Amino acid sequence: MSTPNLNIRDLQVSIEDKQILKGVNLSVNGGEIHAIMGPNGTGKSTLASALMGHPKYEVTAGDVSINGEDLLEMEVDERARAGLFLAMQYPSEVSGVTNSDFLRSAINAKRGEGNEISLMKFIRQMDKQMNVLDMDESFATRYLNEGFSGGEKKRNEILQMMMLKPQFAILDEIDSGLDIDALKIVAAGVNEMRSPEMGVIIITHYQRLLNYIKPDFVHVFMQGRIVKSGGPELAERLEQEGYDWVKEELGIVDETVGHKV
Amino acid sequence: MSVWSREQITQLSLAQHEPKWALEKRLEAFDAIDSLPLPKLEKTNLDRWNFSSFQLQKANTTYQQIDQLPNEISRLLLDENSNVLIQKNDSVVYQTENTLEQGVIFTSLASAFQQHETLLKKYLYGQDVSHRVAAIHQAFVHGGAFIYVPRNVTLKLPLQTIFWLDGKEAAMFPHVLIVAEDNSKVEIVANFLSTSSEAAISNSVVQAYVGQGANVQVATVSQFPHSVVDVMERFATVGQDGNMEWIVADLSDGRIISKSTTHLKENGGHVDVKSVAFGAGEMRSNITAEVFHEGTHTTSDIQARSVMKDKATSILNSITKIEKGASKSDGQQTGKVLMLDPEARGDANPILLIDENDVTAGHAASVGRIDPLTLFYLMSRGISKNEASKLIIRGFLDTIISDIPSAALRASIHETIEGKFTS
Repeated sequence: MSTPNLNIRDLQVSIEDKQILKGVNLSVNGGEIHAIMGPNGTGKSTLASALMGHPKYEVTAGDVSINGEDLLEMEVDERARAGLFLAMQYPSEVSGVTNSDFLRSAINAKRGEGNEISLMKFIRQMDKQMNVLDMDESFATRYLNEGFSGGEKKRNEILQMMMLKPQFAILDEIDSGLDIDALKIVAAGVNEMRSPEMGVIIITHYQRLLNYIKPDFVHVFMQGRIVKSGGPELAERLEQEGYDWVKEELGIVDETVGHKV
Repeated sequence: MSVWSREQITQLSLAQHEPKWALEKRLEAFDAIDSLPLPKLEKTNLDRWNFSSFQLQKANTTYQQIDQLPNEISRLLLDENSNVLIQKNDSVVYQTENTLEQGVIFTSLASAFQQHETLLKKYLYGQDVSHRVAAIHQAFVHGGAFIYVPRNVTLKLPLQTIFWLDGKEAAMFPHVLIVAEDNSKVEIVANFLSTSSEAAISNSVVQAYVGQGANVQVATVSQFPHSVVDVMERFATVGQDGNMEWIVADLSDGRIISKSTTHLKENGGHVDVKSVAFGAGEMRSNITAEVFHEGTHTTSDIQARSVMKDKATSILNSITKIEKGASKSDGQQTGKVLMLDPEARGDANPILLIDENDVTAGHAASVGRIDPLTLFYLMSRGISKNEASKLIIRGFLDTIISDIPSAALRASIHETIEGKFTS
């Protein structure tokens, strides 16, 4: 199998007629970890949601391909089955649906009818991954995200990623609200998945997470697009000096998209 | 009710060899039919509902063994060791005779009139006949079951009754009477269904007396087709520290009046009402749970969920009344309606009536559609829109269905809902 590739070209996205993304270009290959950093309100999370097909966001221009196929033509579930995964910042709580029933449905949706995972194998895999993430076994039978703390929800998102083994994972502020121990655990989960078979986009405000997941590329996001790209050293400089020098260098006064969410 | 005469009512009573007082109760109710008003239901107009045009069909058969029963009936059976009584139209067509715990009575109402008249006289027809539909029930009572559990006796297995309507314009008026003496424990499952798509009326009553410290759980599952007007009234009277649990599954496709009324008469009584409904087609339903707190330290919890698809309508009423003097009581209620299609309708009416200061109470009600963000979340894991909707709906109802102790009953309710979802 050839290397997975996700290619975003001039992506423009609006919400309720307000343009948020103003031409995003990014190419991610299997095995690469890209960090997208930037202050609040610059459109980072919009990029994540729009790629997954969030119903509120409208793509007004641009192309996205996943392994050569047109991602934007696909329904949300087709995007997932094509290999895209989004670890959400605010995952829904779904009453009455247990975590394990949900995950098994998701795995079987990908495997297709007649090729369902056996219950025993599923339980074994789930136990193993929950162990990596230091999750109590009761999470398997609890209702999906219902009553989970912020940190538990994040771990649960990573658990889903580990179980579904996507080709591209977008982690949308997976570090927010996590203490340092939880952060290390989540990072360990991501690192365990690291392979030429998977590309990762990490969206974050802070460099902190990148101490535990080493990125190959770092991009600075402002005004709804990538304004600067570099290697891991860029993240370190942002951590030490903040974003002001980037704004100065590029002559940006207001880095936001002028729309506080 | 001009097509029916006092003479016919008398014949019904004689055919069951009922005592005179029972006949008098019937005639009293029969005479009141035309003068009594229809029940007053919130936001449901009953003017065009058929309560009185029907045929009393004969069963014309009995079954010796389970495997002779049609699949629609045998699939409902909970457990091969459970005792079950099956009534088709006017009579019992199948009854198991497994050994029951000491002193327990589980029999048809008709035979109870002969063998347990004293008990029947004490408990049967305990509630007022306040509207026309209740009067029709009492005049035409046909079959039903009598369950009696003596003091300190715990039944290990649930008792099951199946009320089965068959034939054009067929009607049935079953009455289930449950008496659980002090510190006894019993679970009862009552299924109501029709094997004919032209049946007309099921007008049933379930009446439970819960003694001091007794535990009674009654699950009623109704699955009638579009043609049927399905009326079920449930009454419970709960003694000191007694515990009543109603599980109500309204899965009929026609017109439904489903009402549970519980009186917590003595101190420390508790009731749970867990109600689910799934409506498709042009189903119209009015589902009410009503609790009266009369003793101190009484507690109640009403949990009602209803899913409406196509053009179905559901009105959910939850009424908690805490009487003066019922101090330290707690009444909670939640009513939620989920509408799947643009023409589906629903309403949740939470009502708390509190005449005592020293109590706690709470309610939550919601009427809505599937949250598009929840759908997005599930679909983002590769689950199709259809499957994701099913998971959400199943989950919405499962917060209640998962409390049903019998796995067989849970499975049968799931299967019915699944069938409606895909129809």
